Amino acid sequence: MAVKEVSIGDIGSRAAQADEEFGGDKMLINMGPSHPATHGVLRLKVELDGETVTKCDPVVGYLHRGDEKIAENMTYNQFVPYTDRLDYIGPIHNNVTFALAVERLANLEVPPRCQAIRVLCCELARLQSHLLGCGVYGMDTGALTVFMYTFTQREKLYTLMEQLTGARFTTSYTRIGGLMRDVPDGWLGNVRKVIDEMEPVIDEIDKLLSRNRIFYDRTVGVGVISKEDAVAYGLTGPNLRASGVALDLRKDKPYLGYGQYDFDVPIGTTGDSYDRWLVRLEEMRQSIGIIRQAIDKMPDGPFYAEDAKKIFAPPKSKILTSMEELIQNFMIVTEGPQMPVGEVYFEAENPKGALGFYIVSKGGGVPYRMKIRSPSFCNLSILSKMVPGHMVADIPVILGSLDFVLGECDR
Amino acid sequence: MVTDTLGLVMKAFIVIGAVMTMAGYAVLLERKVAARVQGRPGPNRTQIPILGSIPVIGTFLTRLGVFQPAADGLKFLFKEDPLPGHVNKFYYVLAPMVAFIPAMLTMTVLPFGAVTDPVTGATSPIVLADLDIGILFILAVSSLGVYGIILGGWSSNSKYPFLGGVRASAQMISYEIALGLSILPVFLWFGGTLNLFNVVEGQSQVWTALVQPVSALIFLIALFAETNRLPFDMPESETDLVAGYNTEYGAFKFGLFFVGEYTHIIIGSGVFVVLFLGGWTLPFITLPAGMVGAVLSVLIFLAKVFCIVFFFMWVRWTLPRFRYDQVMNLGWNKLLPLAIGNLVFYAIVIAVIEQLN
Repeated sequence: MAVKEVSIGDIGSRAAQADEEFGGDKMLINMGPSHPATHGVLRLKVELDGETVTKCDPVVGYLHRGDEKIAENMTYNQFVPYTDRLDYIGPIHNNVTFALAVERLANLEVPPRCQAIRVLCCELARLQSHLLGCGVYGMDTGALTVFMYTFTQREKLYTLMEQLTGARFTTSYTRIGGLMRDVPDGWLGNVRKVIDEMEPVIDEIDKLLSRNRIFYDRTVGVGVISKEDAVAYGLTGPNLRASGVALDLRKDKPYLGYGQYDFDVPIGTTGDSYDRWLVRLEEMRQSIGIIRQAIDKMPDGPFYAEDAKKIFAPPKSKILTSMEELIQNFMIVTEGPQMPVGEVYFEAENPKGALGFYIVSKGGGVPYRMKIRSPSFCNLSILSKMVPGHMVADIPVILGSLDFVLGECDR
Repeated sequence: MVTDTLGLVMKAFIVIGAVMTMAGYAVLLERKVAARVQGRPGPNRTQIPILGSIPVIGTFLTRLGVFQPAADGLKFLFKEDPLPGHVNKFYYVLAPMVAFIPAMLTMTVLPFGAVTDPVTGATSPIVLADLDIGILFILAVSSLGVYGIILGGWSSNSKYPFLGGVRASAQMISYEIALGLSILPVFLWFGGTLNLFNVVEGQSQVWTALVQPVSALIFLIALFAETNRLPFDMPESETDLVAGYNTEYGAFKFGLFFVGEYTHIIIGSGVFVVLFLGGWTLPFITLPAGMVGAVLSVLIFLAKVFCIVFFFMWVRWTLPRFRYDQVMNLGWNKLLPLAIGNLVFYAIVIAVIEQLN
């Protein structure tokens, strides 16, 4: 009996050929600069194969105002309002970070009460930022109500800021060498009341989403950032910690006397979007703990560095009664706080990550050059590596989990 | 003959008017429910000049927002109705109508009450057209609604609507299978009738939802998917597709999509009530004969529909949204096998019961 071999040829190569022949075109879509998912004016050039993203190219700079160049044309104190507009979600922290950077240039240490008030401000800003971050994150996954819950709490923080600084949004609270003014009477009690009301809400949104099956499916394993990538791309803040790197400048390089407060640094295990959610929630709880300690330990004393006569303009009551202080005020207002020659780089743990100011001074009251290291910019840089392979609907989730703000990214 | 036709036309206009009004107030309800869930007051400013200035009642109605649907509707009407230059004009204009008409058409065969003749004691449904194959008509016509969304997404000649349209077609076709399979056991249970009136009359003692909870669950989930409501609002999903298939629509054409969606929800809830929640009947209670009973039956039906519509809204403002592939996975890998298993199970149960009898 003759054996006849039957063959259908090389299936693999035929399949590959058919794939190529019938493979559809890729579609290029623009997400942004005006798009509900991009939180501001981020633009993503996304290449799609069906619903799958094959390429993602973030385009930043739509909100570029040239803050760094502007800084060269004004005194240090005049630049404080510009720092409000960096991370405008928690503006008061930028004020503090900038003041700290300049004070480090002048080698000036502010008194303990000033430090404690600044810590309070920083943690309130962190709460502001994370409340919005978590709320918007919920909204990006489709749960609109979480946003309303967190924003109600954020509104109370705005009221606190108004009581403290006179402005709800653009706080401009710090001055080089001190603060605009001391905390008003009864304000600390208000802070305590607000955070007492806030804690159950944080638990509530935790309960609403963290164990929600749909939320879980949407975020677990989505937008994973490995430890190595997180470090290589210069991620900082909650995004870095969610990848399992326990870097928190408040612990590692304590400033403002953060060493005396007792708090934990939450870190994630896998670095996916779900971990970033959990890390932010826990950071809020830790912030509330720090605020409680700061209120309990609030020291008495001056709220500005009294010996820095060429840096901090004395209070109005003294200016109008004493000649020497009038001259001092005049000099500081016209010429700016007098800085020594030198350069300094200082970064602090902002809500979004490490916000750094690199200042070059040639003496006088105006910086010669200033560079702002913005955490959002670095955090966004990983997008083009992270997004491809995910679906279109994952993009909002990833963007929401990165919690960036374009005012700071584009500066 | 002529008066008969005229009466039918009148009835049709009344029903359409009622459903349109209900759709308008469903939008208000949605906004009020959303506000309640989120701790806001919701719409409470809209006033109608004379009615709104009546001392106590006017203020109360204004706070309740009852004039809001009128304002919304007028806004849709009076806004400029743009026709973008890059669209396929014929299909672009056709799409909202195609989405809207099937949603209204299904109303014709949905019985929403029953009237008992005081003399003969015979019960007949309050319905525009008492079809023997009512449910088939509803399934057939309501599934035409997907063409409106596909056309809208496709004719807009724009990328986000296109993605929305593609998602909509895939999703709605997938869930239609589970939807169809989930209601088969119900009709088997009532002896193979496809007439909705008979199904309701069969539930006068015990609701189908209690006898066949799995069918009810599958039907409800598929209904969410069919009406494109969160957590299944893939075609719209405003965070990634801006507004999905209706991104390029505005003014009255958008209004048609919008009202069509809410009509779909109301009719869908109506079908659910008829199939699973006993329609206009209440267990252990016999409605009086004549007009009073008829009005009561309609009110009972509307109350039940209201509960389901409220449930729709409650879910929307509570849950996050699925991802597209998860929706498909749920539809094909979970709901479809479950629906088939459910069908086979009840087929066997019914066969056994019939053997025993």
